[in-house]
Amino acid sequence: MRVIVLLVMALLLTPPVVAAPVATYEFDSEEQEALFNKLSNELRCLVCQNQSIADSNAELATDLRDEIYGMLQQGNSEEEIVEFMVARYGDFVLYNPPMKPMTWLLWFGPAFALLAGFFFVVRIISRQKKAAVAEMSGEEIERLKALQSEAQAMIKMEGNRDK
Amino acid sequence: MTEEIQKKSPLKRFMPLIIFGLLVALLWYGLGLNPRLVPSPLVGKAVPEFELPLLNASGKLSHEDLKGSITLLNVFASWCYACRQEHQAITQLSRKGFRVIGFNYKDKAADATAWLRQFGNPYQVVAQDLDGRVGIDWGVYGAPETFVIDHNGIIRDKRIGPVDQEYISEKLMPLVQQIRSEQT
Repeated sequence: MRVIVLLVMALLLTPPVVAAPVATYEFDSEEQEALFNKLSNELRCLVCQNQSIADSNAELATDLRDEIYGMLQQGNSEEEIVEFMVARYGDFVLYNPPMKPMTWLLWFGPAFALLAGFFFVVRIISRQKKAAVAEMSGEEIERLKALQSEAQAMIKMEGNRDK
Repeated sequence: MTEEIQKKSPLKRFMPLIIFGLLVALLWYGLGLNPRLVPSPLVGKAVPEFELPLLNASGKLSHEDLKGSITLLNVFASWCYACRQEHQAITQLSRKGFRVIGFNYKDKAADATAWLRQFGNPYQVVAQDLDGRVGIDWGVYGAPETFVIDHNGIIRDKRIGPVDQEYISEKLMPLVQQIRSEQT
């Protein structure tokens, strides 16, 4: 059993195979290369939709990498390249969707759901607490108080003895 | 505690179930959507500027040539299997009198010529986009794709995937009628 667990753990530790297409681009500067990598990782390949342009081996991804490279060589900025892609393929190419009324649900929905869930949990718990207190009779509450003070007295005594 | 439950209105009691049902309905709907149908931002805009050589003909095709009448620009390639499926529908539209222009995407001239000889050539002209560079400007990401262009050179619709009878009767024909009514 232990061996199996260890094997599974070892398996989880193996790095995912990254079959990045061989880059044959030559860059003028390190910043340019960094920008190229950033852009090709942030833009989605439309053919194999769950891959970025950097990851995909689809021909279109190769073409788009060439395009990004060419635009960088011509001195285009990051914004200009992103704009170029969005103008042709729509917001869909962005892995990072822009903030606008249509995407508010996307951006704020999860936080809203979390807050709503938290709100309900707090409400339910507080209601249960109230119900529990309300169910006790006056006699019971008296007994509870007596037990509490007794317990406190015992704790004090214990503390005194240790010193 | 049992009294507490009975006191609740039926709506409140079934609320979790209702919310769960709505969630299931939403997710079920989401499953039915086709992620390949990426709406093109080019619909409603003028055709991008371009100039491409023609297949087996001298001269060029440019954005200017797409004005004047309703045009169907059909992106196809000999390597594309779905293009064979839609070829009959495209041919039918061409016979009906539509101006159908071929956009040979990332193909080889010899392969495209052989393909057209085998399946028939419904195109008025065929533009060659051998490296797919102009295809990028059109937002093409596969074949087949078909653009509906009006007489002013505005892209009115983009069909992703094969053109079929359902598309023709439910989308293309109403759109063509609308364009014609705008013309008069």
